[in-house]
Amino acid sequence: MQSIIGMVLMTLLAVVMIGIIRLRNLFAVVIFGGIYSLLMVGLLLVLDAVDVAMTEAAVGGGLSTVLMLSVLYSTKEEEIRLVRMRAFPLFFMVVTGVLIFATWDLLPLAIADLPSHTHVSAYYLDNSLKDTGVPNVVTSVLASYRGYDTLGEVTVIFAAGIAVLVLLQGSRIAKKKVSRSDSISGSDSVSGLE
Amino acid sequence: MKFDIIARVSVKMFLPFILLFGLYIQFHGDYGPGGGFQAGVIIASAIIIYALVFGLFPVHQIVPLRYLRLMMSAGVLIYLSTGILTMILGGNYLEYSVLAHDQIHGQEWGIFFVETGVLITVTGTMTGIFYAFVGRGR
Repeated sequence: MQSIIGMVLMTLLAVVMIGIIRLRNLFAVVIFGGIYSLLMVGLLLVLDAVDVAMTEAAVGGGLSTVLMLSVLYSTKEEEIRLVRMRAFPLFFMVVTGVLIFATWDLLPLAIADLPSHTHVSAYYLDNSLKDTGVPNVVTSVLASYRGYDTLGEVTVIFAAGIAVLVLLQGSRIAKKKVSRSDSISGSDSVSGLE
Repeated sequence: MKFDIIARVSVKMFLPFILLFGLYIQFHGDYGPGGGFQAGVIIASAIIIYALVFGLFPVHQIVPLRYLRLMMSAGVLIYLSTGILTMILGGNYLEYSVLAHDQIHGQEWGIFFVETGVLITVTGTMTGIFYAFVGRGR
């Protein structure tokens, strides 16, 4: 049953991807992106990755769709047709082919006694409850065993947020200094989204 | 969307549950799926859906941008100072076992502090990015 649901979701994902490629209306593309995230949430739930599914629902389906819509507000709705270049698709196909060829050397999936699975993860699974008293191994690995990594991730999120604020807010402050009459009230721009 | 009564009423009804679910994900992360990052994005999406329906102005009054800047840096500082606290108490950096009388309790406290830092930074950053994009205008 699980594999059938998974296959149905995968097929729908492929359909949505083809739709995104073929569509020229950017608003529809953004909405299709939201649908893609929703299907991914279902697929991740089938794969028992509930925390990833929650992140995908909030970030992929919610936040990034809203950000895309707000970007769409300041551009045109139709995608401009570029002059077609012959060399670029060829280059793209060659690179993709090389990358697919390289995947043959990757470790095979779904085998429990590979060296990558028997090194530290076996230790985490055996000793998490004894060492930390936390039944959820994901939390104990993220916050305790691999605390340095999570510190780095939080710093990356912080840096990304600061960078976005500096880039976008900085330009707004500069524009305000030029013309005070051009007032940008937030509620207008939000209601202008639809 | 300003006059869409169904959206306004349903967002008002769902908002406390979304926030409560975010807090549940945060504090139940030791036992179920989730943790600081998931709780942070859920709380941020609650703020964002409120802003989508009611406009940016009332949200700016509840959560001004300067609070978000403080939150973004405060979360990282909480995380860093947890590590410094464990060093002061005689352990290694981010070695939580020294935070309480025995190892299990120390780990519990340490994970709690660290996840709180993650929650605050993620909520502040996600909401701040949304403010920056949407408040930009044309």
